[in-house]
Amino acid sequence: MSLVTKFAARDSGPAARMAGFVAHLRDNGLRLGVGETGLALDALTHINAANPHDARRALKTVFTGCAEEAAQFDGLFNSFWMNGGRVKTRVTATATPSQNENVHSGREASEEASSGTGDISAPDGGDGEAASDGQGKLVATDVANLFKKDLRDLVRPEEIAEAEKIALRLGAALRDRRSRRRKAARKGDQIHFRKVMRQSLATGGEPFALPKRQRPDRTLRITAICDVSGSMTVYSRIFLAFLAGLMRADPRADAYLFHTRLVRITEALRDKDALRALARLSLLAEGFAGGSKIADSLDTFASTYGRRFVDNRTVVMILSDGYDTASPDGVSDALARIKKRGCKLIWLNPLKGWDGYEPTARAMASALPHLDLFRAANTLGDLAALETELARL
Amino acid sequence: MTWTTLQTAMADQGYIASGDLSMALHLSLSLGRPLLLEGAAGVGKTEVARVLAAVTDTQLIRLQCYEGLDAAQAIYEWNYQRQLLAIRAASEDGETGKTVEARIFSDEFLLERPLLKAIRQDKAPVLLIDEIDRADEEFEAYLLEILSEFQVTIPEMGTITATTRPIVILTANGTRDLSDALRRRCLYAHVPYPDHETELSILVTRYPDITDRLCAQIVGFVQALRKQELEKTPGIAEMLDFAAALMGLGVADLTDDPAMLQATLTTLLKTQIDRDAIPTEIAQRLAGKAA
Repeated sequence: MSLVTKFAARDSGPAARMAGFVAHLRDNGLRLGVGETGLALDALTHINAANPHDARRALKTVFTGCAEEAAQFDGLFNSFWMNGGRVKTRVTATATPSQNENVHSGREASEEASSGTGDISAPDGGDGEAASDGQGKLVATDVANLFKKDLRDLVRPEEIAEAEKIALRLGAALRDRRSRRRKAARKGDQIHFRKVMRQSLATGGEPFALPKRQRPDRTLRITAICDVSGSMTVYSRIFLAFLAGLMRADPRADAYLFHTRLVRITEALRDKDALRALARLSLLAEGFAGGSKIADSLDTFASTYGRRFVDNRTVVMILSDGYDTASPDGVSDALARIKKRGCKLIWLNPLKGWDGYEPTARAMASALPHLDLFRAANTLGDLAALETELARL
Repeated sequence: MTWTTLQTAMADQGYIASGDLSMALHLSLSLGRPLLLEGAAGVGKTEVARVLAAVTDTQLIRLQCYEGLDAAQAIYEWNYQRQLLAIRAASEDGETGKTVEARIFSDEFLLERPLLKAIRQDKAPVLLIDEIDRADEEFEAYLLEILSEFQVTIPEMGTITATTRPIVILTANGTRDLSDALRRRCLYAHVPYPDHETELSILVTRYPDITDRLCAQIVGFVQALRKQELEKTPGIAEMLDFAAALMGLGVADLTDDPAMLQATLTTLLKTQIDRDAIPTEIAQRLAGKAA
């Protein structure tokens, strides 16, 4: 049998150890309450707790709640109970970080953001090939540097407040009229039988009034994907303020950033304190290179988050100028895949506001056929003006 | 019952469960907690409930979730047509309002839907809430009340408390994120695609007269196919269909007849893009490796 951790002699018994284990899990990001600790102790009485494999399976069942946690659990179990993970057979379990597609918390997202091979905290040297991953040449290492600037300097709290209002109005404009559940309404296409019965009791079974029910409007979910590459730096301020506002206004909205990689920033932006949210966001955005790989990022989105979070009640909003440092061939395919999930696609391009703009960037040109709406936006005012257009979608 | 005996009992019913899954089911039975099963489509999540019902020798009550599912379809509904008739009949008989009301809001006029039915059984049934992620958030919230209290409140009749606690199995395959509250109430098990050995034993259990060679080839082929970039990865059910098709056509070896293999791929690949992604050459290469 493998080596089991030796606890100190003054240790006060299994319950305390279990509490220690739960604390250890909490430190590693699992959200557990007191109830789980009790349940775990209870569970151990139903199995042969002396067998570490049985205990591991039982505790996994109790303590995990989603696929990522389940994948992470064996490593955490070993590091606490099995002598710091020094178990011959299982050592690989701890070595692989969860590269899972279904990242859903800010902490995990940051982990993914930093899982590249390059050194994330230091910018690359100005000359020669980039030290980080990918075959695309880094166009603007200096731009990356600039982006490392704290976003709190770029975005003012008043802007967030304003963006929040706009996001609220946009959210309200996006109504879906295809709800399937019917609710009581003054006008409707079906009779509300339950009410008819109730009311006709008073009139001896004669239904005088016919209450109706109808399909109510539903709000659509907004999923925003924002390009923060070098060429977008000037507009990032507006868009990030908008994203921050959106996240605070609509609890179901979802947000992503991309340069050369895609990062989910929903959890970070949900922070109650607007400025702290931006601080967390700058941490996430750090280490990004200046180029943008639109096709790759959209493709990643389509095959990971898109599968879970995009459905026919979603509006996918892409905020990008369409300038791609990598080959743009994949953009059309990726958009087609996203579109296939039944969502609406909106592309807001800051360059479109320029006089005589033609969507000549190849990525942009290949994207056009898939878009439901293609508009200019480079100020908060522009975003606000979208309200009427969105209502017509 | 320990988890290993449960595993054996399920194997006797034709379901090969992994250690993790058996343990989760065992704990769910002994702790009386609902169990949330997550995994890709076609890994046998729904089948678990059916087999568990057979093992524990109880009824299986199934609630298939869909978008727009509401209380009237999931919990209970009054039989309005009968109520209307009863009221009319009563007014002709000169019955008073109070007694009519008591009568039409009684068990006789109540249509039980799966959730209410599950908590009113004499013997604890297996309640399968299938594809919970397809139902909307409002329904999930309602379900929470039932899963924690095992009681249903009907305004006209009062609160109905469970006579026995049903064994609840929920399944999800990630159409949307489930709420933390629901996840907290449940035990959790992730059901992955089976590994090579498990899949072999599943195939042999289902088709005992399959030859060893074909069996190894099929499993090797499907496992290799799952590693390809596909839109819809074939699950266990597809693998079994594939085996049935091959056996029905009298194929003894996958590499024998490329055209036949390509034709039977209809059982595994369910979109045009996936069909195009696996042309004859690739299928042959995969089949050759699997042998």
